[in-house]
Amino acid sequence: MTEVAAPWSGIVLAGRLQRGGGALLRFARGQPLGAAGMLIVLLFILAAAGARFIAPFDPLTPDYAAMMTPPSLSHWFGTDDFGRDILSRIIFGARTAMLVGFVASFAGATLGLVIGVASAYFKGWVDSTIQRLLDVFMSFPLIVLALAIVSVFGSGVNNVIVAITIPMVPRCARVVRSSALVLREVPYVDAARALGFSHSRIVFRHMLPNVVAPYLIMLTSFMGQAILLEASLSFLGLGVQEPTPAWGLMLQGGAEQYAESAPWMPIFPGLAITASVFAFNLFGDALRDVLDPKLRV
Amino acid sequence: MLRYVIRRVLLMIPTLLGVAVLIFILMRLIPGDIVEIRFAGEGGGVTEEMMAQERSRLGLDQSLVWQFVHWIVGIARFDFGISMWTGQPISYEIGLRFGLSLQIAIMATLLATLLAIPLGTLSALKQDTLIDYAVRVFSIAGLATPSFWLGILMILGFLIFFQWMPPIRYTPIWVDPVANLTQLIWPALATGYRYSAVATRMTRSAVLEVLREDHVRTARAKGLRERIVLVRHAVKNALLPIITVIGLEFAFLLGGLVVTEQVFNLNGIGLLFVKAVGNHDYTMVQALVMLVAMVFIVTNLVVDILYAWIDPRVYYR
Repeated sequence: MTEVAAPWSGIVLAGRLQRGGGALLRFARGQPLGAAGMLIVLLFILAAAGARFIAPFDPLTPDYAAMMTPPSLSHWFGTDDFGRDILSRIIFGARTAMLVGFVASFAGATLGLVIGVASAYFKGWVDSTIQRLLDVFMSFPLIVLALAIVSVFGSGVNNVIVAITIPMVPRCARVVRSSALVLREVPYVDAARALGFSHSRIVFRHMLPNVVAPYLIMLTSFMGQAILLEASLSFLGLGVQEPTPAWGLMLQGGAEQYAESAPWMPIFPGLAITASVFAFNLFGDALRDVLDPKLRV
Repeated sequence: MLRYVIRRVLLMIPTLLGVAVLIFILMRLIPGDIVEIRFAGEGGGVTEEMMAQERSRLGLDQSLVWQFVHWIVGIARFDFGISMWTGQPISYEIGLRFGLSLQIAIMATLLATLLAIPLGTLSALKQDTLIDYAVRVFSIAGLATPSFWLGILMILGFLIFFQWMPPIRYTPIWVDPVANLTQLIWPALATGYRYSAVATRMTRSAVLEVLREDHVRTARAKGLRERIVLVRHAVKNALLPIITVIGLEFAFLLGGLVVTEQVFNLNGIGLLFVKAVGNHDYTMVQALVMLVAMVFIVTNLVVDILYAWIDPRVYYR
């Protein structure tokens, strides 16, 4: 009698890792740009996670003896108008950006996924009611709806996350619904209905797994947008508040005022925003090419 | 066609009504009373009486339904009410600034379209060559660069290399076109970069798809010149999705202007919006969000009508 390896045993785990590694390698070979993007994203995540250990200075303590010093060996990216080290603030700012980026896009895309599939599955008046509601939400540019929400709930990290999540939901729901509509007519969904499975079982077990491709594509495209949106809101003074380090916030106030005499103040935080969004988009594009090249986001 | 247009215009009404309800509810969700928040900054000198007076001046002592109906009836007559901050009619405040924002939006759209269609087509034609990679990187970078940062860099560059700054005072284009353009071309470029990036990507993918179709192969096989194949057979058929994206982004431009106007210190709709949010000027926020939604819905309608004009296959019921 052969022994079946338990799912947690070393052999199975090693096998899984190998298969996962193989898929990663194939992705890297087929989509070099996407792999590069993924690498940069990983670097930003590492910087965010290990900010305390990597950052050379404390991001919050002002140093009035070293105000607006140009980039040097001790302060690679220079210091701001409070003498705070810009590199350290960028590293800690990655925390805010990654937190908002991941939480908002994950929440937005997932809510959109559930709403989109449910809308397609139930058809009829449920579908048309949901669609009209989504129409209403889609009538606003992302930042306008986000600003309106911030004006109601106030600023701060948590409210910014809510303000960014809400406008993303209908955008994902739209795309997912159109994929799920096709799926609804597929024989195995009919079969599941004929077997008398509950609505939630059909939606969650039979339909959701098959719209993962558009979901993942929307999710990755949201991440870059969420980071940009957070930076814009913070830049306007309506997002993350001082003294929390955030990239958009670092471009505001002193950075604009002293731009001519201390150009490193606006240049480096902006580079951080651009680089991270660029990386997310490269990765997202590659993922789309692999999963569903026809989908346009 | 006319019947279709009429039907679409009528269909706009429920969406707009939904938008109005949404904004109205959103503004009533504000924790605490609008008047309390407005007076919060003024310290202890505010009496109950003053607050009650302010409430009745703003119509907040009436029932919610009455407030909503009053507001909607006003909007139907393009009367958005009175700004809670300046005390001026909102239509007047918006009227002052609308021209400037509209001009930037139109300039950015022209820039983006002129750049996107040739670049995207070129990229599709030379797929997987160095040119294609360059265009793709250029357009992904456009999606990633915040327009406000680009604006800051532009101003910084002018200051450092030319000791020059774009003029601060706004001159209408019919008064002095040169002064007007030297001021507004930069924000148009800053917002237009992202716009052109989105449109370039769409052009590339649409042209790539059409190039693989049979009629393009036939056109080439019968010996038509490549230029004719490209313009008449490929790009013309790829135009539909490109127009959609240009139309959609036009409406979104108003959102992009929110940040760009701040950088260039332009007194437009975007700056008005940011100030209204900062000042808790709720009637103004309400009106501006409504206005943006209206522009968006109308733009969508225009795009759909353009469809019929470009592609006779599109069938309307």
